[in-house]
Amino acid sequence: MTPAIHAPHAHAPVTVGRVMATVMLALAPATLFGFWLHGWPAILLWLVALVTALATEALTIRLQDRPVKPALMDGSGLLTAWLLALSLPPWAPWWIAAVGSAFAVVVAKQVFGGLGQNVFNPAMAARVMLLISFPVEMTAWVRPVPITSGAAPDLAQSLDITFAGQGLDAMASASLLGHVKTELGRGLELGPVLANAYQPDLMLMGNRVGSLGETGAILILLGGLFLILRRIITWHGPAAMLLGVALPALVAWLIAPQAYPDPLYHLLAGGVMLGAFFIITDPVTSPNSPWGMFAFGLGVGLLTWIIRAWGGYPEGVAFAVLLMNAATPVIDRYLKPRIYGRDRRGRPHPAREA
Amino acid sequence: MTFLKRLHTRGGVHPEGMKSLSEDCPIAPLPLPDRLYVPLQQHIGAPASPVVHVGERVRKGQLMAAGTGPVSAPVHAPTSGRILALGDALAPHPSGLGITTLTLEPDGDEAWLDTAPPADPFALAPEEIARRVGAAGIVGLGGAAFPSAVKLNLSRRSSVEVLVLNGSECEPYLTCDDRLMRERAAEIVDGIRLMNLAVGARDVLVGIEDNKPEALAAMTGAAAGTGIRIVAVPALYPMGSEKQMILALTGREVPAGGRAADIGVLVHNVATAYAVRQAIVLGHPLVSRVVTVSGGAVQVPRNVEALVGTPVQTLIDYCGGFSQAPARVVLGGPMMGSQISNTSVPVIKGTSGVLALTRAEIGQPEPAPCIRCSSCVRACPVGLLPLEMASRIRAGDLAAAVEFGLKDCIACGSCAYICPAHIPLVHFFNYAKGELAARERTRMKQDATRQLAEERNLRMERIAREREEAAARRKAEKAARDAAKKAAASPPAQAASTPAETETA
Repeated sequence: MTPAIHAPHAHAPVTVGRVMATVMLALAPATLFGFWLHGWPAILLWLVALVTALATEALTIRLQDRPVKPALMDGSGLLTAWLLALSLPPWAPWWIAAVGSAFAVVVAKQVFGGLGQNVFNPAMAARVMLLISFPVEMTAWVRPVPITSGAAPDLAQSLDITFAGQGLDAMASASLLGHVKTELGRGLELGPVLANAYQPDLMLMGNRVGSLGETGAILILLGGLFLILRRIITWHGPAAMLLGVALPALVAWLIAPQAYPDPLYHLLAGGVMLGAFFIITDPVTSPNSPWGMFAFGLGVGLLTWIIRAWGGYPEGVAFAVLLMNAATPVIDRYLKPRIYGRDRRGRPHPAREA
Repeated sequence: MTFLKRLHTRGGVHPEGMKSLSEDCPIAPLPLPDRLYVPLQQHIGAPASPVVHVGERVRKGQLMAAGTGPVSAPVHAPTSGRILALGDALAPHPSGLGITTLTLEPDGDEAWLDTAPPADPFALAPEEIARRVGAAGIVGLGGAAFPSAVKLNLSRRSSVEVLVLNGSECEPYLTCDDRLMRERAAEIVDGIRLMNLAVGARDVLVGIEDNKPEALAAMTGAAAGTGIRIVAVPALYPMGSEKQMILALTGREVPAGGRAADIGVLVHNVATAYAVRQAIVLGHPLVSRVVTVSGGAVQVPRNVEALVGTPVQTLIDYCGGFSQAPARVVLGGPMMGSQISNTSVPVIKGTSGVLALTRAEIGQPEPAPCIRCSSCVRACPVGLLPLEMASRIRAGDLAAAVEFGLKDCIACGSCAYICPAHIPLVHFFNYAKGELAARERTRMKQDATRQLAEERNLRMERIAREREEAAARRKAEKAARDAAKKAAASPPAQAASTPAETETA
């Protein structure tokens, strides 16, 4: 027999790898929808991101003289790259995914000490880095041409698009958030600007211009509910982020509908849905108590709306996530669960009056 | 069953029950082993002090060692026979250290000591019930093994309002309480009534997890008309923990650092109630208990009634031996039980189970990095942040771990059970608690040393001062005498001794 080991002598059938795999499973429907919507270039971009993540993670772990296999098998690097790929313009050149993925794994994660040690969400840190460094490539949106339609590029054309940067111009389009920001900046009223561009029903289905995997709102929601049911995440973070976006949007819209879009627009546009269920729920960089998650989500939602409404960028999810990542230790310090037999401030309950 | 507003729970986990292995096995008496090894300390508190000598013949139920001090429990002969030895034997503990043990050779007669049970046990005075419970060596049979009489007396003095009987048996595998409630419900109810005669609680509640419908039905039937309420509580580990059971049944929380009595609640295990009934109605002290023998490595899982002191190996043999080499043998349940390295150790009063577990059942791969998933936070029934406490302990910052509530941890193991990274969280917490206790002892020792040194210094100063004062006094007296001599130079000097002289003599 082995030397004495402390209880418990039983363990739930869970591992870090299974947690990551469950999240990937939940991401799969929205991802497949993105593949369908944007065709082969999207699939190639996703593949480049994942392969780069595996390669760079293996390299950095080897440089640290740590066993490579267990660290790769936990799936955390793959998930980071996957999330990053979903947040990229679908027809972006291959090196955007490669540089972003390498940055996420090496700079945002391994430099901080590897899995569990990073302060900032690696996928969002990489996205922000890309957006600031390569603004043209990161805002080159394309009209959706489903892979099943005749207009979609075949694999050969797609290889040219992704690896040679050809054929993008013909499909170029603007994202709704970008379009609205530009037109409002020109002093136009919101009503006519939105009239042609904003179709809530199409947006709900995910049939819109946007990042590779951020558009399938309903599929993302289903994936998120699956994670809540599987107890991988709780409802607090996602609900609070949606609330954090919708509440200020509602107030502003009621006051000045000609300048501020309605709450549904904000919920369905950009990366809010993906952010609420898959980005802010990254356990490493978010608070550890349920109500801490609520405060965190509320903050991300509010900052997202503020950046969209008054900031220089049309979309703000990635920035909001990074800002709230920095606030996580503070949230953790103040929003702890109440301890049994103590009040909220940690003082023991009084004994019964004799 | 009575309608209850809402059962309060926090955190908790749902480990696989594994109870079907043994729940349908009736309690079987175990054949007498060749030797019984009865440790003198089977309870929390001071070890019992032997009152028999080697070679002496004892009868079943005869006092072999008496309790010492306010918190202790006596130990009785589990069967009739001859005392072979008194000395160190392996303790039923992971350390494998020795413990003072009486070795008894059964004579096979099972001859009880003559007892004089009271004509009407229910007419006994409260103090008398508590006294008899104490004299019978009864301790908490749920596993904690705290002397029951001490709890009864404490509760009587602090006027308990609610008496809670814990029949939750939330540990996986264990079915000994379940079987006892199914088979001996009437006796348990008698025991509960006797206990309540001793403490006089207004409400008597029996909490049983809802995964034991037969036990619930049997207890409900037996308790009909007694005013005892049988309550089904959700099967959620650690429901059987005293604090969690109190919260579920009463909605009240035991104050941090306090006792259940602080909120007018007393909790006893159902098996303890059975032992109380045996002690008072039959006059039989606690010499046997029901033990679940189970686990994937046991040939035929069973519930056996084993004499205290029976070697664990005897129980395993009775159950057909091992079906495969066990990865671990555990006393108690898998969530909080302790691993033993040798199956020659005895069953003691607090042993609820003997589990021979396979590697697959334990399922503990190498620890991985913490991903801060907070599963442990959601699982903790106390509301602690296990991940934060562990990271502070890993960094050696025990004070910070205490800030996070280390001392409120009940070591239930829910966090370590659920952790996807398989971090041995309970290891961390127990290490830190032990380290803190050691530091506290060192500090107290240093304080005591410092105090002794200070007292010594004071004493030395006082002695020196007294010596100086005495010398000064003598000098003054001598001076006075000389002056007197001079002044009375003419009268003849008196030759009497002076007090000062006697003092110096």
